[in-house]
Amino acid sequence: MGDFLAQHGAELLVKTWEQLYISAISLGLGILVAVPLGVVLTRLPKTAKVVIALASMLQTVPSLALLALMIPLFGIGQVPAIVALFIYSLLPILRNTYIGMQDVSPVLKDAAKGMGMTPVQSIVQVELPMAMPVIMAGIRLSAVYVIAWATLASYIGAGGLGDLIFSGLNLFQPALIIGGTVPVTILALAVDWLLGRLEKRLTPRTSRKEAAQ
Amino acid sequence: MTNEEEPIVQYQDVNKIYRGGNVAVEHINLTIDRGDFVCLIGTSGSGKTTTMRMINRMLEPTGGTILFKGKDIHQQDPVALRRRIGYVIQNVGLMPHMTLYENITLVPKLLKWPEAKRRAKAEELIKMVELPESFLDRYPAELSGGQQQRIGVIRALAANQDLILMDEPFGALDPITRESLQELVKHLQQELGKTVVFVTHDMDEALKLATKIVVMDAGHIIQTATPTALLQHPATAFVRELIGEERLIQARADVTTVGAIMLKNPVAITPGKSLHEAIQLMRDRRVDTLLVVDDNNYLKGFIDIESLTRQYAQSTAVSDIMQTKLFYVHESALLRDSVDRILKRGLKYVPVVDAENKLKGIVTRSALVDMVYDTIWGENADHDETEAGPDHQPQAGGERHG
Repeated sequence: MGDFLAQHGAELLVKTWEQLYISAISLGLGILVAVPLGVVLTRLPKTAKVVIALASMLQTVPSLALLALMIPLFGIGQVPAIVALFIYSLLPILRNTYIGMQDVSPVLKDAAKGMGMTPVQSIVQVELPMAMPVIMAGIRLSAVYVIAWATLASYIGAGGLGDLIFSGLNLFQPALIIGGTVPVTILALAVDWLLGRLEKRLTPRTSRKEAAQ
Repeated sequence: MTNEEEPIVQYQDVNKIYRGGNVAVEHINLTIDRGDFVCLIGTSGSGKTTTMRMINRMLEPTGGTILFKGKDIHQQDPVALRRRIGYVIQNVGLMPHMTLYENITLVPKLLKWPEAKRRAKAEELIKMVELPESFLDRYPAELSGGQQQRIGVIRALAANQDLILMDEPFGALDPITRESLQELVKHLQQELGKTVVFVTHDMDEALKLATKIVVMDAGHIIQTATPTALLQHPATAFVRELIGEERLIQARADVTTVGAIMLKNPVAITPGKSLHEAIQLMRDRRVDTLLVVDDNNYLKGFIDIESLTRQYAQSTAVSDIMQTKLFYVHESALLRDSVDRILKRGLKYVPVVDAENKLKGIVTRSALVDMVYDTIWGENADHDETEAGPDHQPQAGGERHG
């Protein structure tokens, strides 16, 4: 363990950073696209079915194949990896946003509209806060997927902890494989925990007791 | 400013027909005046909620025009329109993630009132519903159902809306809580001079709250009337059924006029007759008092057997001993208002006059007993309303005008 860290410590840090960097950008883009899209889709029920079916289909494309497909379009390196992971992040966030928004009590939507909120005010002040736990669950799920799959991005030259794992596989060095895998797991768990904290903060209070916690 | 006399809401031949030809409401013509408390009542699917929700454009009519304060609502921005109309719904619809303060001042905030004005309004309103000011920092989940709907009601008043729409607001509450909220709403409505459009399927609620009841069935207005008029003259069998026979009977004391139960052909005499004739008449009809009317049947007074005995020697004509201070009731007076007075004075009968003070009949205690009997036991008891029997006209006593 000590030997491994002494030998690969610096590399490990750089690769972990790359992994995090690729994942974060993919996930960030995924949130930026999927949440508004999910909200818009609740207003267009017919389109919603088509779009969600399409996103589900994209999800079934094998991850390695998707990464490979990006090469003719974006070459090799981080850009095609980010695009591919972004596509993967879409579905859970999109679906949860859609479901979360749909599940907001019709009574509240009716009250918001009836009192004179504009559609945007109703979404921002009522529906999104109410749907926040479900949306955050989708984001957390996407985050774990994206961090795990970012390992494969090493195949198309995007770097990351996959570099260590694939080197280990090629050189028959289990230490490298484990040394690359454990940080991925830790990273995924840590991000999930952090997002869990964020979820708590974003979920609106509904009583003073919760507020006191 | 708009004209105060102008109706606050007017439906002009309004229809709502869904695609596929489902008729929600049809040919709705209704005028709601300022200060009215209008109850829309009917069974489910009668179109009462649809009718209400078209006012604030939660539903769009497919035909006809609705005027709010004289202006076609179709020409107005629906968002701005809704902020001018209070809205209370059955499931309260308080925002669970907002404190009561934020809930109450939701519309004022949308209207961009300054914070100080919003705070003052919230404090004023929460006092009106008898909840402590400290509740303003609480969340709806920390309140009972009744308390929540109190907040729901004042939320609809927070931006000084003149018109409040209420869609079965108390349907989910237990009877005691419901009653206290009904009283609260009636009180607020009267005190603040608001106009309320209230959807309910509870006839007791409608009779208690409304100044005007609109009965709906299958998308049509069947009858529009005051609660009293509705009980007195239900327009159709459906309305009768909706009110319920029991209520109609119970309500009879409330709506029956004195004229309806009086005995006709009372024993009367003209002032010019001699005392001899008077005593003869008393003997024939076995009564101890006589009402005195002039030739045109105007009620003048009465004579009784005591004064007749005392003054028989000195006097000759009925007019000499006639007492003119007399308690009587008008035939159009409601029995409800007269019963107490008749019973409290211990009178055995009271003369009934028409608008011109002509004698029409008498109301006896026994007729009142029949009335009470009917109310309690139903309509089976027989009436004898046409003839005044001998026991019907004793002792009037020296009563004054009531």
